[in-house]
Amino acid sequence: MPDIRRDFRKDSSRDSCKSPMAPPRSFLWTRRIFLTLLTGFVLVPVYVMVSSSLKPLADVTDKFRWLPSDLTIRPYIDIWSTVPLAKYFANSLIVAGAATVCSVVIAVFSAYAVSRYAFRGKRVFTVTVLSTQMFPGILFLLPLFLLYVNIGNATGIALFGSRGGLVLTYLTFSLPFSIWMLIGYFDSVPRDLDEAALVDGCGPLGALFRVVVPAAIPGIVAVAVYAFMTAWGEVLFASVMTNDTTRTLAVGLQGYSTQNDVYWNQIMAASLVVSVPVVAGFLLLQRYLVAGLTAGAVK
Amino acid sequence: MATTVTAKAGARPVRTGSSGGPVRGPRRPTGWLRRVSLPYLLLLPALLLELLVHLVPMVIGVAMSFKELTQFYIRDWGAAPWAGFGNYRMSVEFDAPVGEALLHSFLVTVAFTLLSVGLCWLVGTAAAICMQDTFRGRGLLRALFLVPYALPVYAAVITWVFMFQHDNGLVNHVLHDQLHLTGKPSFWLIGDNSFFALLTVSVWKGWPFAFLIVMAGLQNVPRELYEAAALDGAGTWQQIRRITLPSLRPVNQVLVLVLFLWTFNDFNTPYVLFGRAAPEAADLVSVHIYQASFVSWNFGTGSAMSVLLLLFLLAVTGVYLALTSRGRRTADA
Repeated sequence: MPDIRRDFRKDSSRDSCKSPMAPPRSFLWTRRIFLTLLTGFVLVPVYVMVSSSLKPLADVTDKFRWLPSDLTIRPYIDIWSTVPLAKYFANSLIVAGAATVCSVVIAVFSAYAVSRYAFRGKRVFTVTVLSTQMFPGILFLLPLFLLYVNIGNATGIALFGSRGGLVLTYLTFSLPFSIWMLIGYFDSVPRDLDEAALVDGCGPLGALFRVVVPAAIPGIVAVAVYAFMTAWGEVLFASVMTNDTTRTLAVGLQGYSTQNDVYWNQIMAASLVVSVPVVAGFLLLQRYLVAGLTAGAVK
Repeated sequence: MATTVTAKAGARPVRTGSSGGPVRGPRRPTGWLRRVSLPYLLLLPALLLELLVHLVPMVIGVAMSFKELTQFYIRDWGAAPWAGFGNYRMSVEFDAPVGEALLHSFLVTVAFTLLSVGLCWLVGTAAAICMQDTFRGRGLLRALFLVPYALPVYAAVITWVFMFQHDNGLVNHVLHDQLHLTGKPSFWLIGDNSFFALLTVSVWKGWPFAFLIVMAGLQNVPRELYEAAALDGAGTWQQIRRITLPSLRPVNQVLVLVLFLWTFNDFNTPYVLFGRAAPEAADLVSVHIYQASFVSWNFGTGSAMSVLLLLFLLAVTGVYLALTSRGRRTADA
């Protein structure tokens, strides 16, 4: 654990003394040119999104122009009435939030079991969970749809078309990667710590929540960010498994282009609005993600 | 000191014997049982969910692939007649239209995946190596580079759709109006160009993940290696070739596999980019199967195609892991 903290907090000091010799000019110039080009490549779509969202409709239906002829915030007002964006937003928040919380809690339990206990079938479990990552989503889309419909008919629990069904589906999407990453992270928390807690009279769960979890917070935050992003951005299952009341942003955003006019300025404004929560959260927490990956996935 | 220790050690059996003994005796089996079953209890939620969402549907999917499951049987798919290997035969009959289209889509997907994974890896690794040293604005640049990865797929891809528009898009404006590279504005989302449009979007969206993983992997490279190499007179380029890249090998083994599987199965990017009907040049297999299932309403054939796809991915993963692990072992020895 202390190792990881040092790694990502002081990475700058470590890098600065990485090579005592100054890098040669050829390297510096290559780096400068490459990073400039890459920045351009990354930024152009972001610029298009931001600038177009501030243009009047005429600017985006005519020839593309780099600068708006007239700056307007009209698109940001119109997006809420053209489609019921607020409802989609709320649906996405509920679904992604619930999926994240459940996924993280379940991943913590599983990773703790794998990291701290020797038991029969451990390898089978980790291999099976990881191999679900290679399933083509399309393979289980229809069976899952049939399964949810049948469960609904048999028990009255509405999974198909409901937010609950979507939460269940999404949380398993992020689960394999989360478990895998947390196993590595928990392994790096010294066993002595939770053994000391056990000696002090904590149960196994007490040791998990009082010792291991607090020590692994960066890894858990990283996993939460990943789970939220996965659920927030998924399109395939959202397009099949939602109805008018449970529609999420991923599907709802298509509503701006079904009319004869394509309101590109509104599409860009809406894209920006739905991106802000995840991008801001991600950028604030990316340090943890790097630290989590360093300790877990990449080790 | 020694006396206290013996006194404590001696005290323990006395205490259990006198007060806790009769209570603890019968409780021991439950404690033991709990200890053995605890890991399974902890795994139970994950297992149940994986069963419900991944494994059971997969079994159903395999069963469906042997049925003649058309729209007439959707309500009661158990009643659909068995088709044996009929769906599979139809999928791999490359002379017939269905098989031919699937083969074409498969080849497009392979070409697309290889190019996309290669470029993502190359750009991501180069950027991570460039950002290893500190320089002014490094933190800002790092945050910026992660934006394409952090953006929700549909928001990012829809922006590219706008940029690729024929009349009012940025790409044609720059290439045709400003640089005069093309005789007339090109179509990017239909026809042969769509392959490159898809590749561009996929690389734009995917390289930050490689960057993130490689960056994390570089933090585990011991600093002493660089110091030793520098003392031996190795320059920056040599350090990259001799230390950085070899140290990344285990990271790359996983990274390339994960990128491959994700790119190969990617549905979101082509679906948002092209809508339901992907142009032939960019007809990725996931969208192709989706279309085969939901547009022609023949779920049996769609399932057979998905199973074939899964078998292919399993084979590739197996061969890949065997090859890369063997290479690693010989390198270690």
